[in-house]
Amino acid sequence: MSKRIDVKDLNVYYGDFLAVEDVTINIEAKSVTAFIGPSGCGKSTFLRTLNRMHEVLPGARVEGEVLLDGDNLYGPGVDPVTVRSQIGMVFQRPNPFPTMSIRDNVLAGVKLNNKKISKGEADVLVERSLKGANLWNEVKDRLDKPGSGLSGGQQQRLCIARAIAVEPQVILMDEPCSALDPISTLAIEDLINELKDQYTVVIVTHNMQQAARVSNRTAFFNIAGTGKPGKLIEIGDTHTIFSNPTQKATEDYVSGRFG
Amino acid sequence: MTSTLTPVRSKRSALTKGQLPKYAPYAVLAAALIAGAAILALIGFNPFGWGIVSAILFAIGLVSWSAAVEGSRKAKDKLATCLVVGSFLVALLPLFSVIWTVLANGVPGLINPGFLTTSMNGVTGVYDNKAVEEGAPVLGGIYHAFLGTVQITLLATVISVPVGLLTAIYLVEYGHDGRLARAITFFVDVMTGIPSIVAGLFSAAFFFAVVGPGTKTGAVAAVALSVLMIPVVVRSSEEMLKIVPNELREAAYALGVRKWRTIIKVVIPTAISGIASGVTLAIARVIGETAPILVTAGFATSINSNVFSGWMASLPTFIYTQILNPTSPANPDPSSQRAWGAALVLIILVMVLNLGARLIARIFAPRTGR
Repeated sequence: MSKRIDVKDLNVYYGDFLAVEDVTINIEAKSVTAFIGPSGCGKSTFLRTLNRMHEVLPGARVEGEVLLDGDNLYGPGVDPVTVRSQIGMVFQRPNPFPTMSIRDNVLAGVKLNNKKISKGEADVLVERSLKGANLWNEVKDRLDKPGSGLSGGQQQRLCIARAIAVEPQVILMDEPCSALDPISTLAIEDLINELKDQYTVVIVTHNMQQAARVSNRTAFFNIAGTGKPGKLIEIGDTHTIFSNPTQKATEDYVSGRFG
Repeated sequence: MTSTLTPVRSKRSALTKGQLPKYAPYAVLAAALIAGAAILALIGFNPFGWGIVSAILFAIGLVSWSAAVEGSRKAKDKLATCLVVGSFLVALLPLFSVIWTVLANGVPGLINPGFLTTSMNGVTGVYDNKAVEEGAPVLGGIYHAFLGTVQITLLATVISVPVGLLTAIYLVEYGHDGRLARAITFFVDVMTGIPSIVAGLFSAAFFFAVVGPGTKTGAVAAVALSVLMIPVVVRSSEEMLKIVPNELREAAYALGVRKWRTIIKVVIPTAISGIASGVTLAIARVIGETAPILVTAGFATSINSNVFSGWMASLPTFIYTQILNPTSPANPDPSSQRAWGAALVLIILVMVLNLGARLIARIFAPRTGR
């Protein structure tokens, strides 16, 4: 239940502004790939092109190919909704639906699409997803309470449960821990470690220790200056990137001499 | 062993300047009231003038005392407080005056038996003359007008809410601030300023042209009212949809939910409390319209429960005709009693609608309990 992603010569635009230039990258299945780099270098923008969330913003567009197990996401006739149901996303700030209970939040992917699901199946799905997000024990007695009443870390795990409930191939995470305290961060990092057994995980992070802790491979993005496009500098095994990178810019960044 | 602590000196803190005593405002108020009464006694006493003069004296007294003791910064603060509270009282005065007048004049009409359950059908000047000259009970009521107001407003709501809400959805979700969206926003703003009589004439002319000359029914009035309601509904719903966080839309998209389902099942439920109270306030805005109803629904003295045929009464037109053309020109008092009673009912209706809006907002509001 996981697929690999191959990106070829991808340029990302906001209107006429080239935000990310010429990215070619391979993301392995059943592994964690981390994107690191300074603020504004296009990591998040690039991540959002991987499930066609980028084009939700007015004027945003993409040139190039993103292949999910060989199928181009940007091919003619591809429905972005199909893409997004296969490639889930967790956002920087926890965003459970405020009008729904915890249970309904987990079932949101099913219920919002009006798919028929029996109560028994729904119960199984809710329990499996919440257990998958390490949240079951904390919320099993209050599934009918609103999701917005949980703590920030719990809300973020609820969002992960919501994302895995639709059984995607790939999970994209956009700085999922940046709004959380260290203990909640640890819980999410443990969860990411478990998720990679089943899913392809891509995580954007500002925290290099986090990238070193959770990822198998790391990609370093950089930007030449304000107004210039962001670029992929290099990608490799996390261990190599942090101990013996091939590019000078990467070494400066991971050793703290820059940015 | 001797204590090294220096004793606390019982003198004023070096951090404060002079302070007015706590009772200062009350003392100045009492003095101002007495002085105001004395001044007014010289030129002829009246309560309104007493209030004005006392308020001015109070402000002058408190501010100059404060300037003398506390310094200019505190004095300016007191002056600003006096101005703010004074403006608040001035703004409140007409409100209480209106409520008091309507209550005082309207209650006798309202508690008159049959006022809410009978119409004016068959009530002629003869009965009103009897009521005044022989002390017979005042006959006639507002049932027909109440029914008309409720039906016309309900139909106007049924027309306006879908049009207004869908327009707001277009503007927020699909318009992308393009040329069409900006044009719609502009014309909605223009519509907000349309005089209500013009809306009435538009609706009347429209139905004259489409259905036939002289078409005056409750439905024509409902169309006129919806012309007034739609811009209000668009504006309030637009604001409510705008404050739904974009993150919720993105969360739904990321789950593979289509845009229209996201709007129906995430965006609108999140904003529904604000939309519902906006709609209720739009209803409250048009329920008291007189002119457009007069030219579109005409006037009736008997019960008409069909909005699509025949002239129809409503509370505002009932009040208007009872005051302007009393049922008995020789003895207008019973008519004016009925008009005040109807005015009271109208105010209660608007108040109930406002309370309903708050209740709806609370019921639909996203729950955040732990």
